[in-house]
Amino acid sequence: MTANLTLVLTASALVAAGVYLLLERSLTRVLIGIILISNGVNVAFLVTGGRAGGAPIVGVTEPARMSDPLPQAMVLTAIVITLGLTAFLLAMAYRSWQLTGHDDVQDDVEDAAIRRLAESDAGSSSYDDTDDDASPPEARP
Amino acid sequence: MTLLLLLHLGLAALGPVVMRVMGRYAFLVLALAPAASFCWLVAQSSQVAQGGSVVEVVSWVPSLDLELAFRLTTLQWVFALLVTGIGAIVLVYCTWYFDADDEGLGRFALNFTGFAGAMLGLVVADDLLLLYVFWELTTVFSYLLIGHRPERRADRRAALQALIVTTAGGLAMLVGLILIGNEAGTYRISEILAAPPTGAAVTAGVTLALVGAVSKSALVPFHFWLPGAMVAPTPVSAYLHAAAMVKAGVYLVALFAPAFADIGPWRPMVLGLGAATMALGAWHALRQSDLKLLLAHGTVSQLGFLVAIVGLGTRSAALAGVAMVVAHALFKASLFLVVGIIDRVTGTRDLRELSGLARSMPLVAATGLVAAASMAAIPPVAGFVAKESVFIAFVDVGATPDGDGTGIGPIVAGIVLAALVAGSALTVAYTARFAWGAFATKRGVSATEPAPVAAGFVAAPAMLGLLSIALGFAGAAETALIEPYAVAFPPGAHVPDLALWHGLEPALALSVVAVLGGLALFVLRDRVERLQARTVPMVDAGRAYDTLMRGLDRLAVEVTGTTQRGSLPIYLAVILVVVVVLPGGALVLGGAWGVDVRAWDVPAQALIGGLIVAAAVLATRARRRLKAVVLLGVTGYGTALLFLLHGAPDLALTQVLVETVTIVVFVLVMRRLPVYFSDRPLTSSRWGRLGIGLLAGTAVAGFVLSATSARIAEPVSEDFPAEAVSFGGGKNIVNVTLVDIRAWDTLGEISVLAVAATGVASMVFVHTRRAGIARPAEGPTIAARRRATGDDYRNTWLRGGRTLTPERRSIIFEVVTRLSFHTMIVFSLFLLFAGHNNPGGGFAGGLVAGLALMVRYLAAGRYELDEAAPVDAGLVLGLGLVVATGTGLMALLFGGEVLQSAVIDLTVPLLGEVHLVTSIFFDIGVYLVVVGLMLDVLRSLGSGVDRLADDDEEGEPAEREPEVVGGVG
Repeated sequence: MTANLTLVLTASALVAAGVYLLLERSLTRVLIGIILISNGVNVAFLVTGGRAGGAPIVGVTEPARMSDPLPQAMVLTAIVITLGLTAFLLAMAYRSWQLTGHDDVQDDVEDAAIRRLAESDAGSSSYDDTDDDASPPEARP
Repeated sequence: MTLLLLLHLGLAALGPVVMRVMGRYAFLVLALAPAASFCWLVAQSSQVAQGGSVVEVVSWVPSLDLELAFRLTTLQWVFALLVTGIGAIVLVYCTWYFDADDEGLGRFALNFTGFAGAMLGLVVADDLLLLYVFWELTTVFSYLLIGHRPERRADRRAALQALIVTTAGGLAMLVGLILIGNEAGTYRISEILAAPPTGAAVTAGVTLALVGAVSKSALVPFHFWLPGAMVAPTPVSAYLHAAAMVKAGVYLVALFAPAFADIGPWRPMVLGLGAATMALGAWHALRQSDLKLLLAHGTVSQLGFLVAIVGLGTRSAALAGVAMVVAHALFKASLFLVVGIIDRVTGTRDLRELSGLARSMPLVAATGLVAAASMAAIPPVAGFVAKESVFIAFVDVGATPDGDGTGIGPIVAGIVLAALVAGSALTVAYTARFAWGAFATKRGVSATEPAPVAAGFVAAPAMLGLLSIALGFAGAAETALIEPYAVAFPPGAHVPDLALWHGLEPALALSVVAVLGGLALFVLRDRVERLQARTVPMVDAGRAYDTLMRGLDRLAVEVTGTTQRGSLPIYLAVILVVVVVLPGGALVLGGAWGVDVRAWDVPAQALIGGLIVAAAVLATRARRRLKAVVLLGVTGYGTALLFLLHGAPDLALTQVLVETVTIVVFVLVMRRLPVYFSDRPLTSSRWGRLGIGLLAGTAVAGFVLSATSARIAEPVSEDFPAEAVSFGGGKNIVNVTLVDIRAWDTLGEISVLAVAATGVASMVFVHTRRAGIARPAEGPTIAARRRATGDDYRNTWLRGGRTLTPERRSIIFEVVTRLSFHTMIVFSLFLLFAGHNNPGGGFAGGLVAGLALMVRYLAAGRYELDEAAPVDAGLVLGLGLVVATGTGLMALLFGGEVLQSAVIDLTVPLLGEVHLVTSIFFDIGVYLVVVGLMLDVLRSLGSGVDRLADDDEEGEPAEREPEVVGGVG
């Protein structure tokens, strides 16, 4: 099977631009990156589906001339799922703005705390927490 | 046996319910499970005593050759009798031990009954893997029982320690069992014992299995977990120490001894660790002042003794070992139960505070003394009979040239025997300390005044005490019952038997030495105590465990600190680099490079492709949010054109609709977000991102080219056109694929949409997912004016427009919306129903309907949206899911497969021939879900954001829960 070079290049450019944005911190940019990647992958599906042809509708196009309908059904699913994802991430960006005043993804504070422990060669309190029974059991509810 | 296990399981599951209904008397009901099992076992005694066996096999996972295989021979029978008998007695005892208002009794009932069931399963399992499953079940249940009061740190710690130590041993055992099973070619225990495999792998396997047994039975160096576990309620300790859990290790040693006792590391392990544990445990027991802790250390000591004797591997040792297991179970359970009574009625277990209990509780004291006599091996109780036989077995080993068939030299045998006698002397000493501490009247301690003891409370230990006495006199009968297990070993120096009187033999002398030595230690207890205070343990296993756990914690911190950077870009970069390096590397090294390419199908593709690429590159460089979104839209519409040129009208239609919705939704949110993206000072990392982006793009191109060239088979969709018409009843193959051929995919997809919509609503209306419906009549402007003028403003283009301030309104937009809305809705329905034969379908239709709602909202605000769709979005989503799944399930009613469609042709007056395919209802479900998603997005990111913004302007906190202004839809 031959590949459509135009579509291949378009898909790879969309993915490259999308990945570049995906690695940003602004949630809006990350989302734009995801949509670009999604468009790129959808185009890539067309390439692997084979040659262009007529609409895959019986009675409109001869079966031999039809474009492959299977990847189309998959891409259609993907398009709508991307819409759901877009809405969800936008709501997240909005919520982030509400809480922090911007939509940048922050580093995890818990991970940072563990990293500080590791740098100071200390253990976590997860084992020693159960080590001492300072207050008598009666004092607990 | 399967039935009995199911009975345990069923009663365990019902435990909390029975407990709620009956209070603490529920324990009597739960005791039925072990009691019924006990009765069944007694009924099998004649068959087992003749050396027969009871076998039951139920197929479990046939593809893995896993079977629920159970087998009852003498050894299993004895252990099962102990497990069920003592289990039943302890459960009955619980009725009086607990108060009706104790917390967590339901949980306790469940865990205890489950524990008893697991232990029974363990001793009757005839499959190595099944045995392992039950083994770990007892570990889990004992963890839950030891941590019965999880609010106490010490309890949690003890439970976790028991879990970690025994699971670690259990894992070693699992490896060992698999080695043995693999080498033997079967996991059936009876077959392995009949023809034991040999070789290095088996030696390793048996050694590992012994590690599991040693950890479970709390032998050195794992002995520290058992005394810790005594924080559990006393009935649990009684069961755990006497019949369950720790006896599992003894059982495993006894089970394997006939087949594997001659394997190299076996005897050094069981005898060495056994003797050491016996001495160490007894030495620790001697210094305890908490009666329960004293018994716990005593159990450690006894377990070492038991493992040494059942593991020795001679016929007389086997007989003595099993008798010792029975005697130990009876007296240890009885002793713990007595301590439980003392604890309950006096409020203390400290032997320094108790005094005069022999006088105030004579029955309890008598019971305790009988059990203590058995523990110290004083005639005429069971413990003496058993221990005498143990000494006889070890004397035989030392006295015969070949070590009574074991090959142990006389010097080693002498050392082991001396250790056991010394251990026995220590046992007598701590038993005397226990009896004196619990019951004696002490000078200088005021007499303890116990509360009255219920008859049922003391009945349980008293019954066990009577059994101890009875067994002391029933040596001959016991010998006959245990004999079938002992004959698995070669005949030894002389025929063993259990009896009170064997004549004036060396063993009797050893018994006397042990008792006298022990009494001497007790009499000189003050000196012993001073000596104990001076000696410092050379190696403290408990402390070593602590050090190990802290080290593990440190390692975890280092590993987590290194790998979990907490930064999203770093995680994504790592994932993407792996994608590029691994599959990309494989592509470069071994990919098929003979790819044929063509430039394009139609030249216009190149033009549009170029446009898309340019827009994508500009989008990455945009600093204004809005600019980036518009450029994103260009790539989206361009992609739609590519779909169209490729011959995919459905895709093009959906892509255009989705892109439009996306842009509008973006803009709705952009209203609130800053105009520019925040500055990123780290420009150096930009080159890194650029590099990863280019690499990823190149890799994708490589994947696509390689995948295309790899396609050599006929595509599966070759047959779709014919199938779509004949089975799916439609001509639009893509749509038939969605609603019929791959309908499961679509079902999954609309479920995801419903989840996403719910997520959006939840994030905006933090406390509830429901937005509430507020129609224009309730809006601020109209309500105020209506009160003032009485005009209800019905004669307007869009009623919601009145709720907006004049500068926000556009009359032309309102007029156009009014004129076009119904047309759009009709068009969406047309797309829905036409989709089966022409481009369209539920997705496209739903999106058009959503766009119509969006136009209403944009033209006249949030009150207009509620006027247009006065329903809760969640209701629409739910209805859509119900319709779609209902259609799918409906096919089952007519004898079809799930989601199978049927074609119905009807003649309807006026309409003529109607060609109805049931999958249209599935598509209606899809339509509804998409409309619900759109409505949720508009309510949340449109109306919801509006409302929060209004609140902000009025100076109210943005975080406030939205009020439901009108009726809830």
